[in-house]
Amino acid sequence: MRGIVIISHAKEIAVGVKALIEEVAKDVPITLAGGLDGGLIGTSFDDIQQAIESNEADELFVFYDLGSAKLNVDMVIELSQKTITVCDVALVEGAYIAAALLQTDVDNDVIFANLEPLNIK
Amino acid sequence: MLTKDNALVWMATFSQEVIANKEFLSELDSPIGDGDHGFNMARGLTETQLALEATPPATLTDVFKTVAMQLLSKVGGASGPLYSSAFLAMIKAIDNKDTLTNEEVADMLQAGLESVMMRGKAVVGEKTMIDLWTPAVLALREGSLTNDLIDTLVEATAPLKATKGRASYLGDRSIGHVDPGSYSSGIFFKALLSSGVLE
Repeated sequence: MRGIVIISHAKEIAVGVKALIEEVAKDVPITLAGGLDGGLIGTSFDDIQQAIESNEADELFVFYDLGSAKLNVDMVIELSQKTITVCDVALVEGAYIAAALLQTDVDNDVIFANLEPLNIK
Repeated sequence: MLTKDNALVWMATFSQEVIANKEFLSELDSPIGDGDHGFNMARGLTETQLALEATPPATLTDVFKTVAMQLLSKVGGASGPLYSSAFLAMIKAIDNKDTLTNEEVADMLQAGLESVMMRGKAVVGEKTMIDLWTPAVLALREGSLTNDLIDTLVEATAPLKATKGRASYLGDRSIGHVDPGSYSSGIFFKALLSSGVLE
């Protein structure tokens, strides 16, 4: 099964993006990690690990906002057994497209081809 | 010679100095970053000291293992995974030895530096902590690392234009500001000098 993980420095962004993409992906497992304890801005290795490991899917597309989130994701990936693709694309648009396409069960090649123009990182 | 005991002194001094300078470090980060480097590092190192006190490490390796895991979990910004990567690579370089010669300490820090470069996909000259670590490790190997040299190396990051990290969004406007990651790394190397490790 394939799923999506949303990571943002701000909890509200992660929660909002998840709510948005769920509209087009009712059957796609989506988990998130946003912000730090106490409402602080940042990303937490522990929360990202939790979002990745608690996602029902064993193959994950990860979408993030800023570069330092990716550093944490990369460290989690090194410790995970799952198949994980970090997508260096615009967070909202990229996650939305991937969610819609995963819902229609197309091949990964099609998803990557559609994400390609959104690569901004 | 690096031992478990002076490694603890090194880490305690590093933590105290970062915590004492957290406002200044965050101020450095304000014009060219998100203004949280000092607060993030201070939070991570406060937790590190608490963890080292709660569970006293049995070995030299355990000292750095605790530091690596706490910084990874508690820092929150890019400096968490970057410093943590350095410590994890240093642990590998220690190879379960109880003590390290000065030359082995330089090798250990070189391994840490290489891990930071790989993690951040950055090289020398991009206005990052690598610009402090690279010449500092070299000077350490030659026996010429001093507090004055560290200050000079930190200042030398000011004229650089940032091409990696948050500061790179500013382009030319990043020029003229000291790199906060290099400043905190300077504290790290000064703490090494004062800890008795190299005597």
